[in-house]
Parts: sequence; structure tokens; C-alpha cells
Amino acid sequence: MGFEGKVPQGDLATKWVNYRGSMPLVAPNNKRRLDVIVVGTGLAGAAAAATLGELGYNVKCFTFHDSPRRAHSIAAQGGINAAKNYQNDGDSVYRLFYDTVKGGDYRSREANVHRLAEVSVEIIDQAVAQGVPFAREYGGLLANRSFGGVQVSRTFYARGQTGQQLLIGAYQALSRQISRGSVKMYNRHEMLDLVKIDGKARGIIARNLLTGELERHAAHCVILATGGYGNVFYLSTNAMGSNVSAGWRVVKRGAYFANPCYTQIHPTCIPQSGEYQSKLTLMSESLRNDGRVWVPKTKEDAIAIREGKKTGLDIPEEARDYYLERRYPAFGNLVPRDVASRAAKIACDEGNGIVPTGKGVFLDFSSAVQRYGKSQAFSKGLKNPDAKTITELGTKVVEEKYGNLFEMYEKITGENPYVMPMKIYPAVHYTMGGLWVDYHLETNIPGLFCLGEANFSDHGANRLGASALMQGLADGYFVIPYTVGTFLSKEIRTPKFDPDGPEFMQAEADVSNRLQNLLDIQGNQSVESFHRRLGKIMWEYCGMARNEEGLIKARKMIRELREEFYKDVFIPGTQEEFNSELEKAARVADFLELGELFAVDALDRKESCGGHFREEYQTEEGEARRRDDEYAYVAAWEWTDTDQDPTLHKEELEFKDIELKTRSYK
Amino acid sequence: MSDMNLTLKVWRQKNNQSKGSLETYKILASEHMSFLEMLDVLNEQLIQEKKEPLAFEHDCREWICGACSMVINGQPHGPQRGTTTCQLHMRQFKDGDTIVVEPFRAKAFPVIKDLVVDRSAFDRIIQSGGFISVNTGQAVDGNSIPIDKDTASAAFDAATCIGCGACVAACPNASAMLFTSAKVSHLNQLPQGKLEAKQRVLNMVSQMDEEGFGLCSNVTACEAECPKEISVENIARMNREYIGASLTSDKFV
Repeated sequence: MGFEGKVPQGDLATKWVNYRGSMPLVAPNNKRRLDVIVVGTGLAGAAAAATLGELGYNVKCFTFHDSPRRAHSIAAQGGINAAKNYQNDGDSVYRLFYDTVKGGDYRSREANVHRLAEVSVEIIDQAVAQGVPFAREYGGLLANRSFGGVQVSRTFYARGQTGQQLLIGAYQALSRQISRGSVKMYNRHEMLDLVKIDGKARGIIARNLLTGELERHAAHCVILATGGYGNVFYLSTNAMGSNVSAGWRVVKRGAYFANPCYTQIHPTCIPQSGEYQSKLTLMSESLRNDGRVWVPKTKEDAIAIREGKKTGLDIPEEARDYYLERRYPAFGNLVPRDVASRAAKIACDEGNGIVPTGKGVFLDFSSAVQRYGKSQAFSKGLKNPDAKTITELGTKVVEEKYGNLFEMYEKITGENPYVMPMKIYPAVHYTMGGLWVDYHLETNIPGLFCLGEANFSDHGANRLGASALMQGLADGYFVIPYTVGTFLSKEIRTPKFDPDGPEFMQAEADVSNRLQNLLDIQGNQSVESFHRRLGKIMWEYCGMARNEEGLIKARKMIRELREEFYKDVFIPGTQEEFNSELEKAARVADFLELGELFAVDALDRKESCGGHFREEYQTEEGEARRRDDEYAYVAAWEWTDTDQDPTLHKEELEFKDIELKTRSYK
Repeated sequence: MSDMNLTLKVWRQKNNQSKGSLETYKILASEHMSFLEMLDVLNEQLIQEKKEPLAFEHDCREWICGACSMVINGQPHGPQRGTTTCQLHMRQFKDGDTIVVEPFRAKAFPVIKDLVVDRSAFDRIIQSGGFISVNTGQAVDGNSIPIDKDTASAAFDAATCIGCGACVAACPNASAMLFTSAKVSHLNQLPQGKLEAKQRVLNMVSQMDEEGFGLCSNVTACEAECPKEISVENIARMNREYIGASLTSDKFV
């Protein structure tokens, strides 16, 4: 199987332009004869399915949701980056490229990231044309804000619901193609296997979740846009249904999985409140523009708060440790996510956490309220306003900016964040790793493509804020419609594939056996309880800080848990019906394998970079120590047989246009 | 943390062929749980007893995906205003309460199993015209279409609809006017959406009728129960647009 990046020749800045100008095309009459399967309807999947339908391919699109509009892209809050330079503050394609490579701690593929920065500007135009109601200035032009540790304002946003609005734009474009018959939509269908013929991806086995029936779907190529695998941690900001199964099933068929250990732990989530919890809620990163993060300086104060004897309001200014401002004076509260998360962990590990579990810090808006209040009073011409007026005016500004987030916080915690400082703690949010793809977004299985969070390519070891929406839509609208043509141009004489052929029948039988084996276990423990235990292992040993001893232990524990799962899980019901427990069981079974690969990858990477922090590799000041000489590679893992050690394939990363530097936010 | 003992009366229905009924369960919950976390605890309990767990839809649990769909004590998404079931927390209830949980009920939303209903009619309404006809790559520069802030903001207010169907469940006529009008208002107010405005409203209303949703009789329960608090003014706007389009459009639906 091929394993090369296939990056086009030429200057970085002209690679994509030249590629588009020289790639083979597929004529309209041939497009009509070519079938494409798209799995997933988030930003990447919906955008790809809609665009390929517009181009004239026969598209079949699959989602396990009841409607394509429910994909988890919908929950993205903050915004989408684009190098428009509408604010005249010095932004450019190069600068967005540079920030993304640096933010990813120099572990992404240069050419892919440059292309991402190039097409970012087209995404905004497309979204506006679709009717996405971005925030606007009074003059009617598009508004921008600065986001996630960059020094220009390049983030476009739609209140705190940018993901929702962009996804609805893509969903509407998809709906238009469905109404025209160019896309056939399969709701409530879950992909459970990939079908290969002569080494190429030619179809999938999908389970109709309403009836339990297995279906065989053939096509000339298969595109996965199936999201991230953060739920391997059980508790994450991902949706309950988010899973790795489509990706993991193709790994079992020979695809490589790259950099599984690169996980983004988002610094601003609502802390866990109890054991029954199955999901954590994100508070947008934009809050750090105005909120100050702190813990009490003394353990005594922290304990008093944890026990409910004091609140954040009782701690005077001089007894507070604004630890991000102290440690990183240049960026302060706006340091990138990985840095902010680790700092919160350190503060809590030192015993200064402020929630009953000890795992929480304050995010405080009182300074912002005062600042905005004074400025409002000034612009209203109020002379010597009293403290109450200033607070009222300032609160109003904060409400305008973050109202919906504050409302959600209050619903969940029962506390009013306008008065009491918010309590936050890091949680798993995004996974940078994913299926290995080349410049064409094609995996090492010919004809199998992977887009969006499900692939590994653009964010390196850490993703910057407002870059996930950009990448999903870039892949779906502007990259795959071109690169898939390179593959399909060679398939114009290939007749349609028979879904009753031997490869399809075999794959269907494999799936049916696998599900039946799970059902036949009839043990005593729920699927959920295994998932929760897996999450605890992952968080304890593969979370914000990792070390060799812990990772070895984690691998062993995961293997034991997996064994126990196959002996003692209980799944009620049958295959031939709507059966949520069976769906969950198949997903957890895959997480139990991916979790092991995660630990193996984290063990292999003897350096600290981005979301991967190995305690053995840190500077004297406790910052990450990257080891470019030995680890500037993509770790692409082959794992077809669970009883054997996975095989590592290395793609060396070359940086021709960027000098590798140590990230410093001090 | 204060615990609460609750009695749940939950709609159980094997599939859309069979007859359903309310089953009674006792459960110990904490006031900090969300309503769905409380149902998770119920399901864990049922699985321990080797019984079939309750089927209900849920996904993001962040008030945005629109998957959760149940009627709690007679109200879609429960007693708290502007909230989806996933954001409803048990502190809204009292120790000793009896809570009745049923699926969204409407002819156009047939029950699939327990609390799960089929809302694909909403997708078909969007497919009938809830989009702007622009192919990828055809767009002009974003800033070449200035839109005044108030218009953009009004379009946004309508565009926040999450497609959950609470409006239909709340309506005595099971009308989908709030859902449909939210999409019409989102797109028809924007300059990008004006060209297709007439056809859009005619097509979408026609599809809505075809799906078997009822008529609007200005009860406005939809607005009261909408988790995104979408205004019934959108319905008025759609009615105006519909009448205007019917009188002036030269195309037949």
C-alpha cells in the first residue's frame, strides 16, 4: 500500500494553484456515471456531499442521526478563521498559515496547512452567499474578533452559535441537492464496515438503525467525514453519539491511523458535578477575552471554598493568584488551549482547586464589567458615576457579548455568573489525530478519503481556536471536490459495482457475526459502565500529562478491560430492531481498541508537543520540550490484528518555509 | 447535594405498530442532574434488572442539536422556559414529585419507539425551498453584500431554530408554522434570499400542508414552548409573504 504525502512540487504558495490547474478533470457525462459515498453530515460531510452533488456525481450520503442537521459541528460556539484581512491589521494567507503551523507545534504537514489558509477566504464568501447570518458592524460589513491566542482579528462569528449557523448553511445546500435527486440521503444509518475490491474502497455496510437491517452500498469511492474520537475519554464535550467506529472499521481493513495521542483538552468547560455525568459542557474560549482565570493563593482559602464556607467573592484581590497572567505576561489569559489547560491542572494539583472535587478554577468577569462600565459611563457623558451604575452598565455589555453562554452556565450549575465568578476546568474537546491522509485527503487505501476532524492533517499537535470549522468546510467545499477528481478520472470506464458481489456478502456476514457475538455475551454489566471505566483510565494516564510508567499501565488496563467487556457485557434485545444499546456496544468495542493504540502512540512519542505532554520531557520551568531531531514525524499506525503489536510507519515532516521555534507565550 | 425520590410515569411503546402505555418507575435523583442524566440513571437501573432500557433521542446535550424531544408534565421540554430537555435540571422539581414523560405527539411525527418520533417531515420542508440556490464557488466577496445590523440580527433570531419540533408538539393543531416561518424569515429577510423569496414561501407552505401538519389558529403555545424562544412574529411575516406571493407569483406550485 502506498505511503507518501503526494505533495505537489513547486513553491509552497503556488502548489495548490498549480495542482488545480493541472489535475485531470472528469467530464460532466462521466460524472453522472460515477457513484460517491459520503459518510457523515457535519461541516465536512455535508459540504462535500452538497458540492459533489452540484458537480454532477451520484452521491449517497449517510448519517446515524435522524437528520443531517444534528451533526456535532452544530455545537461549535466561537467562530471561524479566514485570512480576509478585512480589519487591515496585517493579516495574510501566510500569517494564518504560519500561526496554524506554529500553534500546532510544528507537527502538521506544511503544504496542507498553506492550502487551508488559501481557501479560508472562499469559505466566508460561500457562507455569506448561503445566508449565514455572521455578526456585522453598523456599516453593514462583516465583523471580526481576535480569538485563541493570535494577534490579529480574523475570526468571523455568529454570536456564540457559529457552528450551528455554518452547519445549517451546509445542511441547506445539502437539502437542495437532495431535492434535486443528486444526493440520496440515508438518515439513521450507521456505517459498520468498509468493502474493498482489488484493494480499493468500493462500498460500505450500513445498518439501518430503525429496523436493524444490514445494507450493502457500492460506489466508486468512499469519503469519510465522521468526526473525532474524543469520546474515548467517556467524558468530553463531544456529543453522546460521537464515535470512532467508521474510522476504526477502515483501520481494521488496512487504513493507517495517525497521531492518536494528539488530543485537545479545552481549558474552559463546566467542571464535573457527579458520577452520573456522561458529558461535559464547553464554555466558549471567547470568554477568555474578558474573563480572568484565578485560584486562591493559599490552600486554606481553597479548602474553605471547596467546603462552601467561603465563595470567590470573599477572597480579596491580593489573595488571588491570576496564574496565567503571572506565568505568561505576554499572552496572559489568552494563551493557547493546551497551555491554559495544563496551567489549570498544575494549579489544582497543587491543592488550590475551588470545586468540591478539587478540579476547578475561577473565570472571573468582574474586571471586565468594571472596565466596560466605566467606558460606557464615559461615552454616555456621566460624570462621577457611582459603583452601582458602573456595574450595571458593564454587566449589560458582558450580557450582550456572552449572554447565551452565561444563561447556559446558570441552567447547568444553578449559579449566576454575573455575580459569582464562573467555575471551569479543562475537558477533552477535539482530537487532532485521525486517519492518515495524503495531500489529496486520500488514505493509504486507494479510493478511501477522509475529511474534517476525522483526518489528522492540518492541526498538528494542537488546534487553534476557530480553526476546526475552517478545516471542515475547507475540506468539504474546496478541497475534496478537486482531489477526488484525480482518483475518479481514472475510474470513468469502471462499471458500477454489484452490491451482491462476494466482497459485499462477506463483509455483511462479518458485521452480522460481530454484532451477534456482542449480543450473545449476555453478561452482567452495562455498556455504559465499561465506557465510563475506559474513560477513567484514559483521563488518568493519557490526559493532560503522561509518563512512561502510566502509559504502560494504561495499555495493560485497557487490554484487561477489553477482555472483561467481551466476557461480561450485557446488551438487551436483538439485531433486528431499533436497539440503542447494541449501537453503543459496537462503538465502545472500537473505543476499547483505539484507546490502546492511543497509549501506544503516546508511549512512542518521547517528547512534549501541543496536546501531548510527557512529564519526562519538560523544561526547568515546566514548559513542553519538543524534540525536533527525532520526533518531527507523523506516526501512522497500522493495526489490523488486535493480538499483535501495531506497526509504526513514519512520515517525516519537512519544513521548508518555516523555521522551527520553541513556542513561547511569555 | 440533595437527593430526591421521584415517581416517573413514562410512555413505553415497542414500535409504531404496537399500542403504547405509561409505565411507572421509582427513581432516586440528585438536584444537580439534568433531566436526561436522570433518565440515564433509570436506564442503568433497567439494564441491571435485565429489562429493556427506555429509548429517547439526545446527542449534544448542549441546547443546540435539537435531538431531545419529550413532553414532560404536559409541556414539550418541560416546565422551564427557553430550555431543551437536556438543559432542564432536576432542581426544577421537588422531592416526592410524580413526573409524566411522553413523546412529542403529532400526526406528522409518528412514534418510532418509546419517546422517539420520526421528524423527517421537517427535513422535507427544508428540501422544498429552505435554502438559497448558490453552488459552491459561485459566491462573490463576502463584504460586497452589506447587510444592516438590524436586518442581520433579525434574520439571525429566526435562524437559531434547532428543528426540535417542540412547536408542533405544543400546538393543539400540531401546526408547523413556527418552524417553517422561522426558515422563511431567516432567508427572505436577507438580500441573498430575496430572489427566491416568493417561490420559497409558496413551496415550503405547500410541503408543510402535504406532511399533514395542522393549521395555525394563533394559540402561540409554540412561542412559549420554543427552547430558542423564536417569536410568532415570524408566522405573521410568513403569512404576509405567502399572501403577497400567491397574488403576484406567476409560477404555480
